[in-house]
Amino acid sequence: MALALQTFPTVKDANSALKAAGTRYLGGGTLVIRAANEGDVSVSSLVRSTDPALSAIAVAGGKVRIGASVTMAAIARLPDLGALAKAARAVGGPAIRNMATVGGNLFAPAPYGDFAVALLALDATISTDDGELPIETFLAKRDGSRVIVTSVSFTLPKADGFRFLKVSRVKPKGVSMLSIAAVLERAADGTVSSARIALGCMADRPIRARAAEKAIEGKTLDRDGIAPALAAATEGIAPITDPIASAWYRAEVLPVHLGRLLLT
Amino acid sequence: MAKVPVQFTLNGSEKAEFIDSGTTLLNALRDKIGDTSPKGGCHQGTCGACSVIIDGELRLSCLTLAETCNGTTITTTSGLSESGVLHPLQRAFLDTFATQCGFCTPGMIMAAKVLLDHTPNPSRDEVVEALSGNICRCTGYEPIIQAVLLAARANSQNAA
Ligand SMILES: Cc1cc2nc3c(=O)[nH]c(=O)nc-3n(C[C@H](O)[C@H](O)[C@H](O)COP(=O)(O)OP(=O)(O)OC[C@H]3O[C@@H](n4cnc5c(N)ncnc54)[C@H](O)[C@@H]3O)c2cc1C
Ligand code: FES
Ligand code: FES
Repeated sequence: MALALQTFPTVKDANSALKAAGTRYLGGGTLVIRAANEGDVSVSSLVRSTDPALSAIAVAGGKVRIGASVTMAAIARLPDLGALAKAARAVGGPAIRNMATVGGNLFAPAPYGDFAVALLALDATISTDDGELPIETFLAKRDGSRVIVTSVSFTLPKADGFRFLKVSRVKPKGVSMLSIAAVLERAADGTVSSARIALGCMADRPIRARAAEKAIEGKTLDRDGIAPALAAATEGIAPITDPIASAWYRAEVLPVHLGRLLLT
Repeated sequence: MAKVPVQFTLNGSEKAEFIDSGTTLLNALRDKIGDTSPKGGCHQGTCGACSVIIDGELRLSCLTLAETCNGTTITTTSGLSESGVLHPLQRAFLDTFATQCGFCTPGMIMAAKVLLDHTPNPSRDEVVEALSGNICRCTGYEPIIQAVLLAARANSQNAA
């Protein structure tokens, strides 16, 4: 493996070094070192930054900011982020969770990116030294991104407002057949006043289920109420095919699992 | 390829090496330092055979660059026995026939050690979860799970 690593104390200097051809940022390394071990020679050098801000988590006044280098294990053990623990624990086995970062998960192609699915439902903001982007815009443009993600931020959902489900074949860990995250707000009469639903494995990256979101608004979370949303769930999806499941199968079972998530 | 200095504590001994930048910890441990207890199975993060403990956390040495371990404390399975006496986990793996070809064993033991360090009396489900990143092609897992539960019991009896 011919890889050289450069370490910088500041994100600014790491960003400058990242401009060189063949250079990639090193997060936890679970995908980038894996690719190098497999013989991917498109990357010849790696950069990283040890800036402590990248490893910080701040929770105040219902707002959360998570540094890009924070690992899934760190999120899963923080009581303040209890609502997100399920999504963080969905990423790989214990050793992977100790290494996998939030920043890296934003770039992970399907069937990976389970935590990014949660962040998409939370409508997170992605920060870089160049400014901030809504996560949906960020995900759409991520392949051409040449700048270090420094943090993700979002508003903590109300208690019980956030739901997450990962379906895999191998338990307790195993890659996703699909993952779904939803942030649901309800009016006093119990009907859904707003819904954001994000899907994993239903495209090459996490996507919003806009038609289902629209169909659930104003409805109650019971069998009849969710039926239109389940009927609309497959609108606009282009699931991946991999050794875990075909695109056809993923599309067939999506409404079943979305139904289970909405009824829990 | 640039050589970079790396210093860490490995199983209680200070190590200071010059390694090629980009060398994985697995290769540094096995080829440079001579600790062959972490095994290279897949080099892809999927088998867990290369698992080591870095600053108390289970990590995959095949996906970790050695130079990012500067100043850390690393434990591998070869550092577990003391004065020739096997660690309770090593003893339990032998006693329950949890080892066949033995290739997965060091990684399993590292994953189990981190579990028992934090959760001395784990449930069966907790053991299964802790070992979920480690693949064994021989034993069928049940003897391994039993070994970890046995070591936990032995530990709690010692503590009592
Ligand atoms: C065995 C195994 C099982 C896995 N299981 C799962 C799973 O169940 N669910 C899941 O979601 N993922 C899974 N993954 C994939 C991966 O571990 C995670 O997606 C992880 O979050 C990636 O983060 P990382 O820091 O390790 O990324 P890295 O490998 O360090 O980086 C991945 C990519 O993102 C870029 N990058 C990383 N951080 C930044 C940043 N701050 N700014 C800009 N670019 C950045 C890198 O340059 C690289 O291109 C698994 C991986 C393995 C090896
Ligand atoms: S060799 Fe590291 S996980 Fe298989
Ligand atoms: S004993 Fe052979 S792989 Fe586990």
